Amino acid sequence: MNSGGQSVATGADMTRTGGAGGGRRVGEESPPAGARRARGSVLRQRLGDLVSQAAALAALIVIAVVLSILSPRFLSYLNLSEVVVEGAVTAIIAVGATLVIVTAGVDLSVGSVAALSGVLGAMLMVDAHLPWPLATVAGVLLGGVAGLVNGALVSWVRLAPFIATLGMMGVARGLTFMSTGAVAVYGLPPGFNALGQGYLGPIPVPAICLVGVIVVFAFIFTRTKLGRYAYAIGSNKDSARLMGIPVGRYLVLVYVLQGLLAGFGGMIATARVSSGQPNFGTGLELEAIAAAVIGGASLFGGQGTVSGAIIGAFLIQVIRDGSVLLDVNIYLQDVIIGIVVWIAVAWDYFRRRRITERTRGIQQSVRQSVRAG
Amino acid sequence: MADAILRAEGISKWFGGVAALQDVDFEIAPGEHAALVGDNGAGKSTLVKVLTGAERPDGGRIWFDGQERHFHSPLDARRAGIETVYQTLALADHLDVVANLFLGREKYRVRLGPFSVLNRSAMRAEARKMLESTGVHIPDLRSSVMGMSGGQRQGVAIARAAGMGSQVIVLDEPTAALGVQETARVEEIIRGLKRRGVTMLMVSHNLRQVFDLVDTIWVLRHGQMVGRRDTSEVSPEEIVSMITGADRVTGLEFT
Ligand SMILES: Nc1ncnc2c1ncn2[C@@H]1O[C@H](COP(=O)(O)OP(=O)(O)OP(=O)(O)O)[C@@H](O)[C@H]1O
Ligand SMILES: [Mg+2]
Repeated sequence: MNSGGQSVATGADMTRTGGAGGGRRVGEESPPAGARRARGSVLRQRLGDLVSQAAALAALIVIAVVLSILSPRFLSYLNLSEVVVEGAVTAIIAVGATLVIVTAGVDLSVGSVAALSGVLGAMLMVDAHLPWPLATVAGVLLGGVAGLVNGALVSWVRLAPFIATLGMMGVARGLTFMSTGAVAVYGLPPGFNALGQGYLGPIPVPAICLVGVIVVFAFIFTRTKLGRYAYAIGSNKDSARLMGIPVGRYLVLVYVLQGLLAGFGGMIATARVSSGQPNFGTGLELEAIAAAVIGGASLFGGQGTVSGAIIGAFLIQVIRDGSVLLDVNIYLQDVIIGIVVWIAVAWDYFRRRRITERTRGIQQSVRQSVRAG
Repeated sequence: MADAILRAEGISKWFGGVAALQDVDFEIAPGEHAALVGDNGAGKSTLVKVLTGAERPDGGRIWFDGQERHFHSPLDARRAGIETVYQTLALADHLDVVANLFLGREKYRVRLGPFSVLNRSAMRAEARKMLESTGVHIPDLRSSVMGMSGGQRQGVAIARAAGMGSQVIVLDEPTAALGVQETARVEEIIRGLKRRGVTMLMVSHNLRQVFDLVDTIWVLRHGQMVGRRDTSEVSPEEIVSMITGADRVTGLEFT
């Protein structure tokens, strides 16, 4: 058994520290079984992060290729810009959903909040005659306020995120219907409608908005204190607390950002249909969460990327688009998307189980080798 | 004894009706290495938490570095210069080694509140130094700590505590979950702290380790401090009888 570590000062056995410390060079020539397994597990786990995202990207590409063969219209500029515009709102909100999921939370209210922002923003323009840029900002900020309430309920009242945001889902939807009397708000200024329908050269405005969100949030996720703390909190809340991270305040901020993105998505969607629709966004929360999970975010927290959210959102959008192009039953798309979510979540569970089993296996092999030595 | 760097007097702590600590005194001199021993539930972890700001005592006073202190959080104690390696290690599994070493104390390029921009290259460079100076070997700083061995994780937690130039390091059962070789490596790190003059308090059930590593042994029994002994002037048997309150041996390791 003692193949690799004789030169280690402490007297090596087959534990994997042979690979970690003084015996590293020796270990590389002839790695003890344990060392090989430990190094493999780190590698495999990092690979796993990439794999779930790469799998989603591969699925996206395969579906796109298949669709372009089956339907010549798929690759047309008109259709592709349609996919981008339709997918942009989901993608923007999915970026926020990913941030929330990274902290091991969930926000079920984004669809309702987007609708509330949309109709109230629209009413500010139509009824209060507020200039549209101002009303747009107000709509987005309103989303932020809803997020603030969510965050406060989670951090300070200590409700489970699921419950806190489920409540907000009802509250925001109810307010949406109450404020509009359940009728859509029409008569929006053309300047505002360009937010959803305009083009900058060949590029649709919602796509530009999405790119802006991607750039800003990719930076927040990977380069800022907030991003780092979001991962730390989701990875292990107690550790984060012991290391002096103000967990509550950062959670609030995360839900505020998600609310702002929901508000922004709601305003774009409103501009897209030139009206504030009180029905908008039902099921959008599940779609955003699905996009995040398909893109590799873990519902256990600590894991998720902006690029994954974008891939996930567009995978969903392409499935929807393809269903329309191929003229399949429109309800089938929901079935397909549901199945894709199952696969993504099952993969997440499976991966987690394998990692814990492996760790346990390593510990056992150490104990055995200690007993044997 | 020279002026204590960390001193506690009359500490008590209640959990419901349970007195986890009763009128406990403790002190440690600069550069001294001390161990806290006692049976399961004797109150060792609770005393560690009180000394390091993770629990507020119900009674008693704490002095650190010549001043009376009231630590309201672990961060308070960290800022004052007491670093702790908790029994749970307090690592974020999904983050890489560098991120864990600087957890809660990141370096920034630009300070903008929560949107402060991380200075990743500075942290990476310093992380290397922290690991080297504590003798912790980690092959790949960019791998997350999730898949790492118990010894490596312990090493990261200790390097984090030792690498910040703090005056006092507190270790709660630093080798409890480790194999023989990993235990030896952690003990080597602790000896390195001694050479560097860092004050250290450890909780351990392993008397062999305690006698190998520390200058003084403090014994807790049922929440009360039953005594302090210089390692050079006491036998393991005497410590055992202090721990158990009799000359019965229960579940202690002499290996
Ligand atoms: N958060 C808590 N709530 C309630 N009781 C607690 C809590 N923490 C500790 N106790 C109790 O206080 C007593 C001392 O516990 P403590 O964890 O300090 O023991 P310990 O000496 O560290 O034991 P071990 O060797 O098992 O780690 C025990 O009776 C324990 O049940
Ligand atoms: Mg303990």
